Amino acid sequence: MAEDLYREVILDHYKNPRGHGVMEDADAQAEGVNPLCGDEVSIYVQFADDGETLEEVKFSGRGCAISQASTSMLMEMVVGKTASEIAGLPKEALLEEVGIPLTPVRLKCALLGLGVLKVALHRAKGTPLPDEWAARRSFRPGR
Amino acid sequence: MVVTARTSLDAQKLRADFPIFEQEIHGKPLAYLDSAVTSQKPRQVLDAMRDFYETSNANVHRGVYTLSERATEAFEGARQKVADFVNAPDVREVIFTRQATEALNLVAYAWGLNNLGPGDLVVVTELEHHSNFVPWQYMAEKTGAGFRMLHVNEDGELDLSGLDEAARDGNVKVVAANLVSNALGTINPIEKLAAWAHAQGAIMVVDGAQAAPHHPVDVQALGCDFFALSAHKMCGPTGVGALWGRREILEAMEPFNLGGHMISKVRYESTTWGELPHKFEAGTSPIAEAVGLGAAIDYLNEVGIEAIEAHEQELAAVALERLGEIEGVTLYGPPADRRAGIVSFNVEGIHPHDVAQVLDSEGVAIRAGHHCCQPLMTRLGVAATNRASFYLYSVPEEIDRLVEGVQKTRKIFG
Repeated sequence: MAEDLYREVILDHYKNPRGHGVMEDADAQAEGVNPLCGDEVSIYVQFADDGETLEEVKFSGRGCAISQASTSMLMEMVVGKTASEIAGLPKEALLEEVGIPLTPVRLKCALLGLGVLKVALHRAKGTPLPDEWAARRSFRPGR
Repeated sequence: MVVTARTSLDAQKLRADFPIFEQEIHGKPLAYLDSAVTSQKPRQVLDAMRDFYETSNANVHRGVYTLSERATEAFEGARQKVADFVNAPDVREVIFTRQATEALNLVAYAWGLNNLGPGDLVVVTELEHHSNFVPWQYMAEKTGAGFRMLHVNEDGELDLSGLDEAARDGNVKVVAANLVSNALGTINPIEKLAAWAHAQGAIMVVDGAQAAPHHPVDVQALGCDFFALSAHKMCGPTGVGALWGRREILEAMEPFNLGGHMISKVRYESTTWGELPHKFEAGTSPIAEAVGLGAAIDYLNEVGIEAIEAHEQELAAVALERLGEIEGVTLYGPPADRRAGIVSFNVEGIHPHDVAQVLDSEGVAIRAGHHCCQPLMTRLGVAATNRASFYLYSVPEEIDRLVEGVQKTRKIFG
């Protein structure tokens, strides 16, 4: 079972993440955490001259193999697509790419990067937010 | 009759009381090493709850009929057991809540709202579970009080030399700390904290959720003003916990939840509150759950809290030694003789979620995450840790399987 989950492609993306790094002058950027386990992902986007197409994407963060590998796979999937295409990208498309059986908890790990990318595009282009990100609130901590 | 504290227990024999161990997980016997988050339940507790529903179920305090009297007797009997268990001077000082979290929120709201303001300080510790951290952070924000955190040293033990610094720029009104840290197993010096708190004119609020299942509790010896516990961590059911509070403070407080049962007189013009403990128990209480908590206390007393603590410390010492021998493993927290049966660790280059996932495939259940202690994780410089925790039914073979599972994880990620 553990071997099914940690198949070679997952471990490869985890150990050699694609598009890993920080972009100083990103056109769009967002960061997110998975409050259940503390996985962190930041995503940076640079648009092509049309202002719509993703020309370059990068991500940084730390977390489990599933969250980091799936975000790495996401980076390969989204280059060349437009912001609105990605906003409408169903999670199943990424999960198919990840291609392993996931329990509900691990599903949140696998989908963290996609959620963060959609938030970044929402901020820059006003594309729709995924529902689960729209409702988050916090209060300002004490002095 | 002479009662002597039992100092040893037969975990293998006690396992027979827990039906959950009669199953396999992924074809392997269940090694449940996550009792710090919730304990398993013995048949004695499950039977007591079932028996209550089958023979005594009625609402408490309000009926004149036999069944209601029987239910009230069972419910109030459970309250007396909690009072004895924590050595409360007065049974009316024990309030049933949903769990320790609600007990701590009760204090934060019902005491904090009326007693905190600008110039006041709330002091919590870096070891706090979010349940004794966030309510105080929030209440400080609401009332304009300051919020301070007492730090830990490299061993994950509180640095009491920081107390006076924390109190430098305000009047300390609340000191909030856990007796046992759920993340590291650190046993905190509540007696010293309480003495310091009282010298500042502050109240001492103790989160006892992680202590009560494993460590003898005497609220009078601790010198605290409030003590919260959760049944589900101590062989009891979910849905019930208890708050012990010093009577004069509880009496001076306004209520927390409002509604039925907590009143004395309700008129259109105004309402007066009921007596302790009813003032803080609005609505129908978790009655069968309280009965279950009472049965859990009987069970723990029968096994012996001292024996449970000694057994867990022995297991923790073995786990610390065996895990420490594995290359790339970092252990967190104090030495074995100064901690409860909790072992937090990380494996170099492998996220705790991945370690826990591989262990699950071996039938070994451990916790991976921040353990609701994000400030502490920040201090340790990690996002999460693996945590194995032990209880009266834990056996050394489970540590062997934990160690083998960690080694297997290293091989997969190697």
